[in-house]
Amino acid sequence: MTITPSIKRDYIEKLAEKGKRADDRKFDEYRNIEIETNVVQKAEGSARVRIGNTQVIAGIKLDVGEPYPDTPDSGVMTTAAELIPLASPDFEAGPPREDAIELARVVDRGIRESEVIDLEKLCIEPEEKVWIVFIDIHIIDHDGNLFDAASLASLAALMTAKVPAERFELGEDFPLPMKEPPVSCTSVKYNGAVVMDPILDEEQIAEVRLTVATDEKGDIRAMQKGLNGSFTTDEIKKVIKASIDNGKKLREQLHKSVGK
Amino acid sequence: MKTEVKLFENGKRLDGRKNDELREIKIETGVLHRAEGSCYLEWGGNKVIAAVYGPREAIPRHTQNPLRAIVNARYNMAAFSVDDRKRPGPDRRSREISKVTSEALEKVILLEKFPRASIDVNIEVLDAEAGTRCAGLTAAAVALVDAGIPMKDIPVACAAGKIENQIVLDLGKEEDNYGSADLPVAIAPRTGEILLLQMDGHLTFEEFENALDLAIKGCHQVADMQKKAITSKYQSNKEGE
Repeated sequence: MTITPSIKRDYIEKLAEKGKRADDRKFDEYRNIEIETNVVQKAEGSARVRIGNTQVIAGIKLDVGEPYPDTPDSGVMTTAAELIPLASPDFEAGPPREDAIELARVVDRGIRESEVIDLEKLCIEPEEKVWIVFIDIHIIDHDGNLFDAASLASLAALMTAKVPAERFELGEDFPLPMKEPPVSCTSVKYNGAVVMDPILDEEQIAEVRLTVATDEKGDIRAMQKGLNGSFTTDEIKKVIKASIDNGKKLREQLHKSVGK
Repeated sequence: MKTEVKLFENGKRLDGRKNDELREIKIETGVLHRAEGSCYLEWGGNKVIAAVYGPREAIPRHTQNPLRAIVNARYNMAAFSVDDRKRPGPDRRSREISKVTSEALEKVILLEKFPRASIDVNIEVLDAEAGTRCAGLTAAAVALVDAGIPMKDIPVACAAGKIENQIVLDLGKEEDNYGSADLPVAIAPRTGEILLLQMDGHLTFEEFENALDLAIKGCHQVADMQKKAITSKYQSNKEGE
């Protein structure tokens, strides 16, 4: 684990008291975001997302398999995130640890619970054969806010994915059936300041984190609080409002990048 | 190996290349902000990122060598880099490639300068289409230079092979699947030392000589591109001033 030097901690905390951030952003301002789709030819859908220095690639693969017994006429989706050692001196090789698992599960929940993928349309033969959607998230460069980068990359990859029916001799290829997705925004708090889209330095001194996913109507679709600090109810309400506003902007950019 | 698939059409290879022609290669350095050195490389349909961390204390401690640094290369394929999804994590193939890559790099790095340290080289294959180990090693070498690791030379890799009784450079996807031999080679271009050599398939001694010659010629071509990529980073820094 990297230890944050106290001089850096003091610097960021002092800036916060003056209403400033280390990279001169406003508290509720995102870094520059770039979304690029179809970056991996072998994948059925793929996207690279850059939020500032953070870089994430998501790839979608499809396979044919058996449905779960309790949902015999729906497709299956699974999400895995890999914090590969390429992305940070703190990441180690090996099976996913709890932070990679939390990341994958938060992204998974945002997609699964709001039924972004129309899994019923991914049934081939009830109880026998369905499409399995694999979402694999690779963190390439880590400078904070992996939650938002990973979910944006997954959504952009899913929205441009094709079901490879021809390869499995199941008719013609078709686009992955999708509904309008919720978009998630992450904030952290340190020294009384609540900031959105934290950089790594801010994340490392953060006391508490909140990810809020909102849909196109501005309704809340998923939330996850992290770390061992706490928010007041007023702070939570402010975070949600800011997440709705920023969610709109992220959504516009997402649609533009996938051309839909 | 099967040979019923046609690998030549009108005297040219399936992708229109001549026998001694490389696929298109694009190399970029300094693509990651967190790593000490990094490289993004496209080689035909292959897309590879390499990142270097270190020299730093080798962990676990029993891996430390009191006289020199160890090189810890890790070759990893993304789950979505191949036609049928690959299960994440290392398998026997990627472990072997990691090992031979580490050994190839150790030969040129001035290891004695960093006792007890490890130099970690991470190679991620994002998109795979024949020849990923050569692409990975070539990218790793550029990332090492970008990280400022002292080296005697910049290693470079390239494969040659045999398809339908002809020796060709840099096998493509079908050529790799249906060809009759594959010979990946890595060299230190300044001295011509061979750092990595593997072969599968079937070659006569004469064919091997020709294939090795061709692979080494290919390596020199790729080495020029590596150097261009490295110098162009500093050139663009200069222009930015």
